[in-house]
Amino acid sequence: MTVNGNHNREQQDGQTGTEMVKRGLAQMLKGGVIMDVVTPEQAKIAEDAGAVAVMALERIPADIRVHGGVARMSDPDMIEGIMRAVTIPVMAKVRIGHIVEAQILEAVGIDYIDESEVLTPADEENHINKHRFKVPFVCGCRNLGEALRRINEGAAMMRTKGEAGTGDVVEAVRHARAVNSEIRRIRAMDEDELFTYAKNIQAPYHLVKETAELGRLPVVNFAAGGVATPADAALMMQLGMDGVFVGSGIFKSGDPSKRAKAIVEAVTHYNDPQILLNVSRALGEAMVGINVTPETLVLGKRGW
Amino acid sequence: MNIGVLALQGAFIEHEKMLRSLGVTVTQVRLPEHLTDLDGLIIPGGESTTIGKLAVQYGLIEPLRDFAQRKATWGTCAGMIFLAKDIGHDRQPLLGVMDLTVNRNAFGRQIDSFERAIPIKGLVGDPFPAVFIRAPIATQAGVGVEILAQLAADQIIAARQGHLLATAFHPELTHDSRLHQYFYDIVDQTR
Repeated sequence: MTVNGNHNREQQDGQTGTEMVKRGLAQMLKGGVIMDVVTPEQAKIAEDAGAVAVMALERIPADIRVHGGVARMSDPDMIEGIMRAVTIPVMAKVRIGHIVEAQILEAVGIDYIDESEVLTPADEENHINKHRFKVPFVCGCRNLGEALRRINEGAAMMRTKGEAGTGDVVEAVRHARAVNSEIRRIRAMDEDELFTYAKNIQAPYHLVKETAELGRLPVVNFAAGGVATPADAALMMQLGMDGVFVGSGIFKSGDPSKRAKAIVEAVTHYNDPQILLNVSRALGEAMVGINVTPETLVLGKRGW
Repeated sequence: MNIGVLALQGAFIEHEKMLRSLGVTVTQVRLPEHLTDLDGLIIPGGESTTIGKLAVQYGLIEPLRDFAQRKATWGTCAGMIFLAKDIGHDRQPLLGVMDLTVNRNAFGRQIDSFERAIPIKGLVGDPFPAVFIRAPIATQAGVGVEILAQLAADQIIAARQGHLLATAFHPELTHDSRLHQYFYDIVDQTR
């Protein structure tokens, strides 16, 4: 039996890999925390802390920054080890535009692929045509135009880019606010203005129109890139994000298990200051963090 | 009518919208005191392990069990797992109020998730657009349980036991409100 199971008999009359099914899994992750893990042991800690999914990778973004070099898809053996360790969904990253890394992860039976700027891009003009895959994709964005371009390519979930591996939430806030304020603006536009706006932000008109009608992105949108504390996570939820990715923030801190639990609780109770106070106490050392300055702003600029 | 939606994690906003479209007042339930004055409750889809842990952490297990024993309660996907009496080898907190044996992630991983139109007993009209996302399945049901839909003899995907309703799929992700109307009627009859 392969990792992705022998269950197709039951579904033969049903349709797999549809837009509904791909976007639907992201719906089930809402109000939850997705944690970066590099070993099966970390994956267990994340699951026990209440993570809704884990992102399996060889090096967390903070270490990618330190090590430099080309950052690629992780070893499938390492990813499968993590898939065996937990029952929650497992995600993994591919390089922007690297179609074959995505095909390999689909063959592994991964639950979600992150076409991620955190890895070194493989294509400086094109992203992956994500419609060609049964496995759903999540992509990063800094603004509405970027989000809708990715959705047009088939992304079933979005996240802010933030600035991964810094422990500085400022870029994630910037990206969340940018998307929110653009959506508020298009809601007030008439059709003539929407045509021009779509052209200006280089996004397909039908998605701009759909977003204006919905008053939100047509897919689930998580915060990512620099979330390090329960307060950071709750801040992103109050800014209207559907959930939170935490990368380096947990396993680069003094007490990963306790911090992971605290962030999970902060995302559920993001509007309850008394609970946020309680979960923020005595968490031990936070990740050291790197201030985001013009020099550190590297990863977020990747993606076109 | 005031129906609560357990809002610890998952697709609770979609249930809320569906209920609002039926003219129901909706309360998000995150703490035991939020259950006061509710006529019914929906336990939504999400990650069942996460919802279980948060429910334990915030003292919700007993209050939820007490509520489900008395009042109309509907579990979708993760919520179905939560209502079941038996989930085999998996260890997670359960309410154990519905006489079902449920198998988590019964169809495999996400790439095996699927949608399919399925006739449901008690619903008039076309088959229901059922969306299965890493869905569980009930393999056995007790004598007091009415099976509303199944894919095979040991694959029950919708069931009712008096004021309790369970579905393995996600009506809240579709535009079809017939199952929400069905639950509304249960709430109306039992409150």
